Amino acid sequence: MSSTVATDLRRGTGVVVERVVRRFGDRAVLDQLDLTIEEEELVILLGPSGCGKSTLLRLLAGLDRPDGGRVEVPAKRAIVFQADRLLPWQRVLPNVTLGLHGPDADRRAREVLAEVGLAGREKAWPKELSGGEAQRVSLARALVSEPELVLLDEPFAALDAITRLRMHDLVRALRTKHQAAMLLVTHDIDEAIALGDRVLVMNDGRIGSSHEVHLTAADREASVAREELRARLLEDLGLAGQH
Amino acid sequence: MTEIPLAAPAVLKGPGATPQRAREREVFVPRDARRRTTLGALRERLRWPLGIYTTPVVILLAWEILARAGVLTKTYAPAPTSIVKAAVDLWQQGVLGPDLAISLQRAGLGLALGLSVGITAGVLGGLLRSGEYLFNGLVQVLNTIPLLAVLPLMIVWFGIDELTKVLLISFGAGVPMYLNLFAAIRGVDQRLIEMTRTTGAGTWRLVTRVLVPGSLPGFLVGLRFSLAYSVLGLVAAETVNADQGLGFLITQGQTYLQTNQVFVGLVIYSLLGLLADQFVRALERVLLRWRPSYEAS
Repeated sequence: MSSTVATDLRRGTGVVVERVVRRFGDRAVLDQLDLTIEEEELVILLGPSGCGKSTLLRLLAGLDRPDGGRVEVPAKRAIVFQADRLLPWQRVLPNVTLGLHGPDADRRAREVLAEVGLAGREKAWPKELSGGEAQRVSLARALVSEPELVLLDEPFAALDAITRLRMHDLVRALRTKHQAAMLLVTHDIDEAIALGDRVLVMNDGRIGSSHEVHLTAADREASVAREELRARLLEDLGLAGQH
Repeated sequence: MTEIPLAAPAVLKGPGATPQRAREREVFVPRDARRRTTLGALRERLRWPLGIYTTPVVILLAWEILARAGVLTKTYAPAPTSIVKAAVDLWQQGVLGPDLAISLQRAGLGLALGLSVGITAGVLGGLLRSGEYLFNGLVQVLNTIPLLAVLPLMIVWFGIDELTKVLLISFGAGVPMYLNLFAAIRGVDQRLIEMTRTTGAGTWRLVTRVLVPGSLPGFLVGLRFSLAYSVLGLVAAETVNADQGLGFLITQGQTYLQTNQVFVGLVIYSLLGLLADQFVRALERVLLRWRPSYEAS
């Protein structure tokens, strides 16, 4: 959005959030929160419902303004919402090209639709798509503008377990093609371990702890290191000993 | 969808259902596989051609029979066939054609004026806050004034000529169009608008791809009301003062106790209403294909 003030940029790429405060009434949902995301890094934001994950994501998206501190994000960014938010009165292809201009918009949209495995469904109405397909269209809509930052707000929470695993594979495949920083908000620990370069746990309106994930794809599925990471994440979430 | 006739249930009782162990079981088989009774076949054949016109046709038949049996007197309610005959006679006398033409012209002019004003104001009011402040209060006040109550005032203001009639019809058409269009634009899903803004689409895209198609269902509801009220306005305008038109035809029939002629006018008014409704239905089928709506079986 153009209303982002472009004064004294801290760095050229990624995300910089400094001492950000966001209040709703008397309650400070975000309290002096700091966060940086490197270029092409996939950061997972983990936390229980109502901890301020989505609030932070909306600040990064520019859908909301902070009450204090500053947020610096790339101008080219895209969001995948929890619900697919497709326009029901447009077929799949115009849904993807919604924010796209130029003569090659349709061709680019077809390419991205093929990447998410929906080649040939360009003419379908949203009401004809399954939940997973609809969410893949909204993923294509986000990626087609070649953003530098992709914000994903619990994008797979409403999908069934099998579809969710397929979507994880898809996200991993898409990362090799699209060079973008990603922030994925979730409350699913397994999803966090499966996808993240770094997992952040939110506590009391701040980033409580940060865990770098240096695991191979196989180790993310099942390994001792994975279980240790999972235990530490559970502990940070205040759930140690319950699982 | 085919309907399951009550005479031939698709549910067959399983052989294991003995009287002592009353555990009822259900078996579902393809609809085609069930036994077809003659009654079921007859029902299906009867259902097909009539559709929503079943009740009107039944009423007309009953009416015709009662009129021929002499239960309904001719001056009270003449038989449908004699109404049709009266219509043909009037047409051949060269009375009905010009009257119908002048009425349609009034309705068309009034609709064109009312819809243009209603749509323009509705779009401005729906899209802009300042438009809302400008039009909304006024139209809400106008909406509470009955159409028929404005008529005497309009005659005082604009005389007894065509202008009053056209303005009355446009008043009837414009107000519901504004109200429905305004509500429809404001009712477009806020989450979709937010999503559109995040994709980097500009205001033009937002209006053409989100707000216009999103408010289309409400617009069509408004159009339906507008068409109905414009016919109402036509009736009101023509019965008070006219020397031409359907209303004049009715007034004349009333004066000379030609009940036939009164009914001809009424039938044409109702046909106009029916046509308007079918027109909007056709528009809905084309424009609202995307909508997952309920289809009664």
